[in-house]
Amino acid sequence: MSAVTPDELMAITASRLLCDHKVVFAGVGMPLLASAVARHLHAPHLSIALEGGIIGTSPLPGRLPISTNEMRAAYGAQLLTDITDIFLYAQRGYFDYGFLGAAQVDQYGNINTSVIGSIERPRVRLPGSGGANDIISLCNEVLIVTQHEPRRFVDRVDFITSPGYLSGGSSRAGAGLRQGRLGAVVTDLALLDFEPASRRMRLRAVQAGVAVEQVCAQTGFELLVSDEVEELAPPSAQELAIYRLLRDGRAAAPAAGNAPARARR
Amino acid sequence: MPQVAVQAARVHREAAQRQAVDKRMTAEAAVRLIKDGDHVAIGGTLYSRTPMALVFALLRQGTGHLTLSRPLACYEVELFLSVGALDTIVTSWVGIGLPWGLAPIFRHYVERGEASYEEWSHLAMGLRYKAGAMGVPFLPSLTMLGSDLAAAVELQTVTCPYTGQKLAAMPALNPDVALIHAHRADMFGNVQVDGYPHMDADIARAARAVIVSAEQIVSSEHIAASPAKTLLPYFAVDAVVEAPHGAYPHECYGLYTADVAHFDAYVRAVKATGPQAGRRYVADNVTSRADFAEFVAAAGPARLAALAAEARELMPR
Repeated sequence: MSAVTPDELMAITASRLLCDHKVVFAGVGMPLLASAVARHLHAPHLSIALEGGIIGTSPLPGRLPISTNEMRAAYGAQLLTDITDIFLYAQRGYFDYGFLGAAQVDQYGNINTSVIGSIERPRVRLPGSGGANDIISLCNEVLIVTQHEPRRFVDRVDFITSPGYLSGGSSRAGAGLRQGRLGAVVTDLALLDFEPASRRMRLRAVQAGVAVEQVCAQTGFELLVSDEVEELAPPSAQELAIYRLLRDGRAAAPAAGNAPARARR
Repeated sequence: MPQVAVQAARVHREAAQRQAVDKRMTAEAAVRLIKDGDHVAIGGTLYSRTPMALVFALLRQGTGHLTLSRPLACYEVELFLSVGALDTIVTSWVGIGLPWGLAPIFRHYVERGEASYEEWSHLAMGLRYKAGAMGVPFLPSLTMLGSDLAAAVELQTVTCPYTGQKLAAMPALNPDVALIHAHRADMFGNVQVDGYPHMDADIARAARAVIVSAEQIVSSEHIAASPAKTLLPYFAVDAVVEAPHGAYPHECYGLYTADVAHFDAYVRAVKATGPQAGRRYVADNVTSRADFAEFVAAAGPARLAALAAEARELMPR
């Protein structure tokens, strides 16, 4: 089997965090792919909800949607509703996990997908929040997945599109966000969480073969490091096979033991 | 601070006609309802069930100084920007999708301050239309609190009179005109959609005037045979336009998928020459065509058949 890419590493690491019998509100791209991997392996009863008003999607291998609002995203769904309604499920507390990518994230887990520079006169105007602000505000536990680079892991984001722990401590709750917590940040170098008092980002585990110093060097702020930093298991052959099957639609290697989740209904 | 005009919208709605008359007309006749400076809400979302036949008719009409709102905006806003017709975009996201990258024409105008982008969260857009549709000035919500997004649009908060909890007060959005594309409608404007309904019902009911294009005009008996599929009653609709493939090159659930090759060609051109490519696109596909049907026909029968086959394949069975 060919070498593991950063995307594969991140998706597979993130997929392991999703437990069975839960509901995940996923964006398209890596969050959906990671959720689909989890469903095919250790979490066959994980329900995947998408912004397009879709609950229970089961995307066809090799035909993953580009948008949360298209027919490939609705494939295998149990429920189609309107967009506002699906976010109200999140506001009501049904969605165990919210799952996001991030162009820029800071030490408190705030995400910027709006502007580089100032909002009045941006240097680069990015597409905007979409549902990201709602997902991080409303889901019970939020997972962020992004590549580990200093330009992405910044001290303070230029603009808080989606609020993490704001300025740390109890500032998130103080702003009115009493619900929701940031569970983990998954990168190609590490697994991070947030220290419970200061709410600053903290290194929990490194990807196999990665040194703690390497993670700190790729982070644009001072990273807290837990007392015991674990090393994550590298992706297994089975995890890689399922990931590649879902992404490409053809089996890269035989995936033993696990029938596709759809066949179990 | 956001302007809320829910009371004016109510007065307008009370006075409006509610007759079950034949409302069929061409797209060109229907968009005459839209005037310079209007706020037009475009139904569907991103590249799903966008009312493209109506959007093209509006581009052809040359109406200016528009405010356009949508749940998620696709390249149609770039077309309005490139011909100088769009002042303000109100939405939560602008682009086509990750594989196509950032939207260059959108960036060109917004980064130069020549158009403004009023960014709300996706749920905020939904609740703004819903408040407008419900006839109330705002709806409380737990989203957008504490973010710079809220500060940038001067989102206000309210304190719950029962619990003391702080809540975001999403201001009602009542567009002047809503453009909706549907699977079918009768001549009176009873409108049905299949699959996900996006925010279309709220967008339409919030608006002062509603123009609906439909893949197919059917009899009222046909509508009454499956009333649970009806999204809007005739008295909430002002104009009905028959538009087969009326969302093309975007998708229409169950009938055709999005034409990604069309997006690829558009993005290639726009990356090369920016707004000039947007104007060229409008010239080639809108103003030089006799009507929307001619634009659709230019895709060729083979491509249209392939998109229809893909949509059938993805339907539940």
